[in-house]
Parts: sequence; structure tokens; C-alpha cells
Amino acid sequence: MVTLSRWKVVLVILSVVLGLLFALPNALPQSVRDGLPGFMPRQTLNLGLDLQGGSYLLLEVDTDALRSERLTNMVEDVRTTLREEQIAFADLGPVNGGVNVRIVDPGQVDAAARVLRNTIGSTIQGAVGGRDTTVQVLPGQTLRLTFIAEAFEAEAKRAVDQSIEIIRRRIDELGTREPTIQRQGSNRIVVAAAGESDPERLKEVLGKTAKLTFHLVDENADVAAAMAGRVPPGKMLMPGEGGQPPLVVDRRALVTGEMLTDAQPGFDQMKNEPIVSFRFNGLGTRRFGDATIRNVGRRFAIVLDNQYISAPSINEPITGGSGQISGSFTVESANDLALVLRAGALPTRLNVEEQRTVGAELGADAIAAGQISAIGAFVLVLAFMVVAYGFLFGGVSILALLVNGLLIIAAMSITQASLTLPGIAGLILTLAVAVDANVLIYERMREEMRAGRTVIAAIDAGFNRAMLTIFDANITHLGAALIMFSLGAGPVKGFAWTLAIGVFTSVFTAVLITQVILALWLRTTRPKFLPIQ
Amino acid sequence: MSKTPSTWWPLIKLLPVKTNFRFMRFAKVYAGVSLVATIAAVFLTLFPFEPPCAGLNCGVDFRGGTVLEITSRQPIDLGRVRETLNARQLGDVQVQAFGSPQDALVRFETPEGQNPAVTVEGAKRALVAAIGPLEFKRTEVVGPKVSGELFRNGVLALALGVGMMMVYIWFRFGLTFGIGAAAALIHDVLLTFGLFAVTNMEFSLNTVAAILTIIGYSVNDTVVVLDRVRENLRKYKRMPLSEVIDLSINETLSRTAITGVTGLMALGVLAAFGGETLFGFSIAMIFGIVVGTYSSFFVAAVVLMWLGVKRGEDAEVLKPLDARP
Repeated sequence: MVTLSRWKVVLVILSVVLGLLFALPNALPQSVRDGLPGFMPRQTLNLGLDLQGGSYLLLEVDTDALRSERLTNMVEDVRTTLREEQIAFADLGPVNGGVNVRIVDPGQVDAAARVLRNTIGSTIQGAVGGRDTTVQVLPGQTLRLTFIAEAFEAEAKRAVDQSIEIIRRRIDELGTREPTIQRQGSNRIVVAAAGESDPERLKEVLGKTAKLTFHLVDENADVAAAMAGRVPPGKMLMPGEGGQPPLVVDRRALVTGEMLTDAQPGFDQMKNEPIVSFRFNGLGTRRFGDATIRNVGRRFAIVLDNQYISAPSINEPITGGSGQISGSFTVESANDLALVLRAGALPTRLNVEEQRTVGAELGADAIAAGQISAIGAFVLVLAFMVVAYGFLFGGVSILALLVNGLLIIAAMSITQASLTLPGIAGLILTLAVAVDANVLIYERMREEMRAGRTVIAAIDAGFNRAMLTIFDANITHLGAALIMFSLGAGPVKGFAWTLAIGVFTSVFTAVLITQVILALWLRTTRPKFLPIQ
Repeated sequence: MSKTPSTWWPLIKLLPVKTNFRFMRFAKVYAGVSLVATIAAVFLTLFPFEPPCAGLNCGVDFRGGTVLEITSRQPIDLGRVRETLNARQLGDVQVQAFGSPQDALVRFETPEGQNPAVTVEGAKRALVAAIGPLEFKRTEVVGPKVSGELFRNGVLALALGVGMMMVYIWFRFGLTFGIGAAAALIHDVLLTFGLFAVTNMEFSLNTVAAILTIIGYSVNDTVVVLDRVRENLRKYKRMPLSEVIDLSINETLSRTAITGVTGLMALGVLAAFGGETLFGFSIAMIFGIVVGTYSSFFVAAVVLMWLGVKRGEDAEVLKPLDARP
């Protein structure tokens, strides 16, 4: 029976009121919204990047680089340890994701294994032997050192966490408005920055690892030989930035970027060029002071991300704990370097795997296009419904559609799901689907009237018989939306979300609101026939 | 029962109350047309067989690479843009005007081994140096790893979508009806692929979303018709199956027409005013509504007719539905 049960009326009124309340902020200017009392909702639709303009970057933490860096360190640690123990070795180097070393004296193999087991790697809980590295004895007096897989995974995870933290600091320093920084999967980070931000600058700032180290230059080494691959043990070949000739430097760093407490861009009045000045913490001050005392007259290389920026000479011991870097900086690059040094180094390189940038102007165009098509489609569908079903039945479905639109906007505002351009398309499509529910009900009523039923019976049957079909129709849409939501990326997710919200509001409005209004009409006019008959 | 007042309005009264089209008379013709069209669509989609998208015109989403939308105050010399980018050894450079002579759309692939995010910066600088001040309205860079994943997820989403709908139909309608609906669904999806292959429209993430939506619409439409067939099978126990199907299609015809028209109107507006991004999307869905409606009548129903329905048994199986008021 189409009864005007109290709960239905209450539900309809309640939903309309709540819908109005939560959709309202979208119609108010910012100044009015800010002045609203605290209990009023003030969230507006959250526009996606394609509508408001902005940048989306998908960064991947380069765990391969992290692994190879760990291996390089391990090689150095093995070298130092075996030297200290005075064990002769050969063929030390990374092999297949581990480090192999051959012990020259067969009698010392066991001793070497024991020493390495106790010194290489760091202690962790729960691992065999309590360390994150295992040492195997292979035939041919060879020892093989490998990371425990779990330990490396934990480290990779830490690296991602750390990267997120550092990205956040760097972006904050850039002054980007409300960036979102999220982890995605195991080793990916999504950075989304809305509005007029410069994506290239963002990429530049995020792309730098900013690993700053100071190394003594070996003036006696043969650079040409080193370039041909014969690098003396414990040294490395360091390419120079901006076409400076390569240098051979100590592998071991005098001081590292972690020992910095501050870095600021500045300007060298004498040389008339931008510089970056820095200050060390206590440990850094002491280490740098000691090193400069012992090495007056020698040069040291200031290395950033495996390239040296400059290699000044040590004219006198520097014990004050501060200094400056000069190079071929522009004002902006000096600013950026100071920024990344302050924010800290990334544990490893980040690769930009995906970038989507939409200019604010294009976003505004998209909004305009979305608005025109949404309003156009809405008006057209409404007009058609009136033409097709007359003022009463057409009007009822129009009312249902309007409430539907209201509820969708309210739901999108509450959930803060981002509305994308495809999302607007989803909204428009929802109109068609919502109308379908009304059409199914009306058509059924007409048929039932034709079959000779009374008005009340026909209306009743119209609702009841059409219900299952409506349910079927909408569950298929909901299923499609769910799949899109779980597997789609970015804009498609927005589309799926809008579609899913639309399915619920459509069924609610098309069925319940239509029912309540028609029941009211039945009760007041007691008609003998339906105007759509 | 009082007499129906006879005015021309609302429009719904103008539509014939009862139509008697004998849809199933030409079942073989439809089946033939659909079969040929589907095979052609599959062929065009698969050939030339070049990974990853074969006959489809893949966007950067699935192939990887870079898209730039550029705009300038003066008309852009497309040839110069092309030369500049080709000089940088970029792969598969495509430059086209985009709306007005001041706007252009540039696509290229990052050579293997280069970081796409770095390459695009260099390309942008080179373009500004060669052409003069430019504004980059849109930049999309998709690395090879991500495009591979997006492609996999896209295929998976489509497969899951079709699979889920089939399971649902089977669950709701049983095997015979299910096969009919499934045939219609596959028909619609394949033809949509064919549309993209023929028109060379860009196949992107949005397209996958459009196809998934088409899947939803197609099943929805088929369900409405099959629901009615099942109801009429119970009502007219002696009527031949082909007549029951014809009757059911005729009975649901006005609903099909009105829903179809509203859908087409809404999407038509979207295609006209929604801008470049949504154009392909709207066209795909308009196509989907048309083939979805066609296939409900001429694929799902025809297959059902040929498979035949065991009516005695079916009446038993369908019993719970008699409970519907």
C-alpha cells in the first residue's frame, strides 16, 4: 500500500533539511562561511586537481639505490675490519646482492668469519645471531655477507617513512599551500599540491637527495688512472658539478650533512655571487675543526649527491663551526640548496614515476565546462520529464531529482571526496539513472491502469513491481563503481565515488520521495484516473 | 473506470499504448549483424598486434610518456615544435593543434634509460628557447613502471567488471537467462573496443571508466527486459517463447525509449560542452547506451529464444519470485 506512514515523511523531511544544511556552504562566499557559528557545517566540495589546478607527483623511493649503497658501505666496513685484524684478503666486492671476500690464508678463514659476524651490520632483535647481516663460508676460502631480507625490508620501510617526513619539511619550507603527502603501497609517495605551484621547482626540490659530505682531496693520486677504473683503495673518483674536472677524494667523509644545524642563502660581496652559509652542531664543529687543524694547506671537496660543488683549500684551521659554500649558484639555486640542507637529506634517491600538472586556468575552464554541461543536462532532463509525464508526475520526478542533486552535493561535501571532471560526468550520468527509476515506476502504473486496476492499486503495484528491477539496475551500477574505486587511479576514483553516492541517493529519492508526494496527492485529490494514463 | 481525458499532453499519451512489433521475426538477421560486427571489432582491436594496446590508440596512461598542452600568445608553429623535440632524440613525437592556433598538444616518449621527469624539464626549456614564451597548461608524465601497472589494473578492472556482472546475472536469473545477458554484455564491451579502434580515439583511464559504466548500463537494460520475459512466462504459460519475448520487449518499449532519450540527452550535452577531456568519454557512453539497448533486444533475447526455456521446470525454479506482490 502507498501509505503515508509517519516514518517515511519524517525521513524525507529530515534528509532534505540535512541535505540543505550540508550543501549550503557551497553557495556561500568564503567570508560568510568563516562567520558561521561553530555548529554549522562549513565544508565545501573538495575539487580535484584537474578542476582547481595543481600538481600530482608519484615518487618512488629507489630501494635498489639504497641496497647498492648499503653494499658499498659493507665493502668498506669489511675492508676496515679485516685490516684492523691484520687478516690478508683479496677479491673484495659486491656480488649478486651480497659482498664476497676471499681470505688469503686458509687458517684464518674461521677467525675472519667470527670477526665479521661480530662487527658487520647492526644488531637487531629476533634475527639469527642478533644481527641484520649473515656471514656464510663458501668453498675456496670465500666468505659471503648478505643482509637478512626482513632487515632490509624494515630498513626500506624506514627509508620511506623518513622520506615522507623530509618531503613534508621541504614542501613546508617552499610555502606550498595545503599539500597532501601520502604513502602508497610499500615504497611510493604521492604528493599533491593544489593551486598555483610551480611543478618544476617542486620536482627540483624533491628530486635532490641533498646528501652533503666533505671529503679530503688526494692531490697525489693519478686522476687519469682513476678515470680508467684504477681507483686506489679507500679512495673514490668524484665528478665535479658544472664541468669541473674530476678529483680523487677519500671515501671516508670528514663531516656529513646530518651534522648541520642551519643553512642559509647569502651573498658574497667580494666575489659578487650567491653563496650558502652553514653551521655545524657540536660533533660536526669538533670533527671539522680537528680535520682542518691536521690538514692545513690541503683541499677538501664539498660533495652534494655524488658531485662536488667546490673544492676550497684549507688556509687555516676552521674551529668556529661555520662556513660557506660557493659555487656557480644562482639566487634561486642557492635558496633551494639551503632549503634542502635545512630540511635534511633523503635516505635515498626518489624517482618521479608519474606527474600530472594542470594549470589553474585550465582547471577553471574545466569547472566552467563541467558547470555548463551539468546545468544543461539537468535542465534538459527536467524539461523532458515534464513534457513526457506532465506537470504532476514530471514535477514529482523533478523534485526527486533536485533533492537527489542536493543530497549528492551534501554527501560529497561531508566526505570531502574530491570532485573531478570525470566525477561531474558521473553526476550527469546519475541523473539519467535516477530518472530511470521514476520511469520504471510510472510505466508500470500505466500498465496496471490499462489492466483495469484502480488508481490506488495501480500506484501500489507500480512501486512494488518496479522495486526489484530498480534494485537490480542500481546494484549493477554500484558493482561497476566499486571496481573502479578499488582499481582506478585519481580521476577515475573520483568518478566511481560520485557514481556510488549517486546510486544511493537516486534510489532513496526516486522511490521514497516520489512515494510520499504521490501518496499526498492521492489523499488530497482522490483521483479517478492517472494523468499519465 | 472513467474515460481517459484525451489531450495531446503529456507526451507519454501520444506514444502508442500498445505496440506489436515482431522483433524476433528477424532474429537471424540481428544475430548475423551482431556476430559480424563483434568479430570485426575484435579483429580491429587486436591488429596490428603491437604491445601494449594493439589496435587501440593508447594514451600516456597505458603506454607511458609525456603529454604537454601548450599555449602561446602567437600562433604556434607546429613544425618548429616537432623539429625541436625531434632534435632532442625523443621517441614518437606527435604535435597537433588543439582547438585554436595558439594552442597545441604535444606527445612524446622518453627514450629508454632516461628519467621521464627530468626529460620533460629539458624538453620544456628547449621549447621555450625555440618558440618563445609558452605556458604549459597541462603536463602529464607517466613512467614505464606506472603505465604498466595502470594497464594491468585497467585490464583487471574490465575483467572483474564483466565477471562480477556475469556472476550476478547467473545468480539472479539462472543459467539460460544468464547466458543471454552475458552474450549481450560481451557484445557491448567488444563493440565499444571496436569503436575506439575504428575512430582512433584515445584509449585512456577515463575510457576504462566509461566501459565499466557501459557494462553497468548494459546489464541494467538487459535485466529490465529479461525480468519482464520471466514475468510473462509465468503469466502466459501456453504462449510460444518467441511471442512472449516480443510481448515483453513491446511492453517495456516506452520505458526503454524514455530512459534512453534522457541518457542520450544528458550525455549529448556533456559531449558538446564538457571539453576535450570528456569528449571521448561521452561519445563512448552514448555509443554504449545505443548498443546496450540494441543488445538487450537483439542479443540477449535472441540467445534466450534459441536456447529455449524449460517452462515447467522454470516455473518451479522461479517460484520465490511469485511472492513478489
